[in-house]
Amino acid sequence: HRCPPCRTPGCPPPHGSRPRGRPAGATHGGSMWQVGKRQASRAFSLYANIDILRPYFDVEPVQVRARLLESMIPVKMINFPQKIAGELYGPLMLVFTLVAILLHGMKTSDTIIREGTLMGTAIGTCFGYWLGVSSFMYFLAYLCNAQITMVQMLSLLGYGLFGHCITLLVTYNIHFHSLFYIFWLVVGGLSTLRMVAVLVSRTVGHTQRLILCGTLAALHMLFLLYLHFAYHKVVEGILDTLEGPNMPPFQRVARDIPVVSNAVLNTTAKAIALTL
Amino acid sequence: MRDLKAVGKKFVHVMYPRKSSALLRDWDLWGPLVLCVALALMLQGGSADSKDDGGPQFAEVFVIIWFGAVVITLNSKLLGGTISFFQSLCVLGYCVMPLTVAMLVCRLVLLAGGGTVSFIVRLIVVGAMFAWSTLASTAFLADSQPPNRKALVVYPIFLFYFVISWMILTFTPQ
Repeated sequence: HRCPPCRTPGCPPPHGSRPRGRPAGATHGGSMWQVGKRQASRAFSLYANIDILRPYFDVEPVQVRARLLESMIPVKMINFPQKIAGELYGPLMLVFTLVAILLHGMKTSDTIIREGTLMGTAIGTCFGYWLGVSSFMYFLAYLCNAQITMVQMLSLLGYGLFGHCITLLVTYNIHFHSLFYIFWLVVGGLSTLRMVAVLVSRTVGHTQRLILCGTLAALHMLFLLYLHFAYHKVVEGILDTLEGPNMPPFQRVARDIPVVSNAVLNTTAKAIALTL
Repeated sequence: MRDLKAVGKKFVHVMYPRKSSALLRDWDLWGPLVLCVALALMLQGGSADSKDDGGPQFAEVFVIIWFGAVVITLNSKLLGGTISFFQSLCVLGYCVMPLTVAMLVCRLVLLAGGGTVSFIVRLIVVGAMFAWSTLASTAFLADSQPPNRKALVVYPIFLFYFVISWMILTFTPQ
């Protein structure tokens, strides 16, 4: 029984092969050897997995910076497929940054989660969004016949989270609703447009483009809205609980407009009452 | 006893970060464990009275430190670093020490009283210790990285210590 030639140096012998000089009938020693070999091969496969992932982390700092900037600049070129870097370092770091920002937002908004920690929720939300939406979009892209691989999808969506990070970092600290909506439209919109442009350039057919890009844009923008309002300092929520549910609905929408409109309504009502 | 001496020597190494490989050569996880437990206990202490807050806080600190260290280590390995898994874990754990000191100072300052002055003092202390932690761990870990990628390795370390120091800064006993 000869060991087949190994491709990589230092790999454990394949299953079924025994080191030279060990008798086949040694029961106890044989089982020990089996266990040891299994553990060794498991450890080796872990390292092999790291080696599989390594090409996706092969970047320079300058490249990462350039890609971060590019993620905010939509390119209007839909005749020719745009390039997507199949790289996971930047997306992964952006997701972790988003986790940190979410933790900050949760702490300042006094979010209390009964079953589980804030950390777990933040990590679950961010990674769930990144992996879940990427796989969903990949599936959809497969159905719509778009030319994109899973790694490219992950990279595209991950860099798209850069806009989210900026928006949330600013608006968790500066509490203006108008500011958030401006950021939501401009920064979130730019990063969404970038992704949509890339997807459009890689899809053929109007219906397919519409389905793919509509889904992605809706999911991406709604996720930002959700993150903002779920963990923002809950001012409107407190107002709701304090003043009861029988309020006219428009008073709960924004903070600065209702005060004015309320005052106007009150004065007009008083004026009408006085004239009557 | 010999181990205790080794742990103490490593503490000194973190306090005076020099380019030496003593922290890398013989790693142990006792120091990180002690530091992590101390930090978590001090962070928990404030909310120990209220029943539902205490548990998650302790667990949260623990999880953040270990999970973060593992992620940084995997990241540095993926970027092509030549450092073993536990060596990196050991360095990152020992470099939490300035932040533990900062936490101790913060508690003492908070004992003295609250207000803007105490917040500014805490901000300065935590900021300085955060810079110290980051610099110390970078000094130890950067040598094992290819020189053109140092920034990519430093960023997650920065984020990791930033989250911890931010937790320390916002901590207030109830």
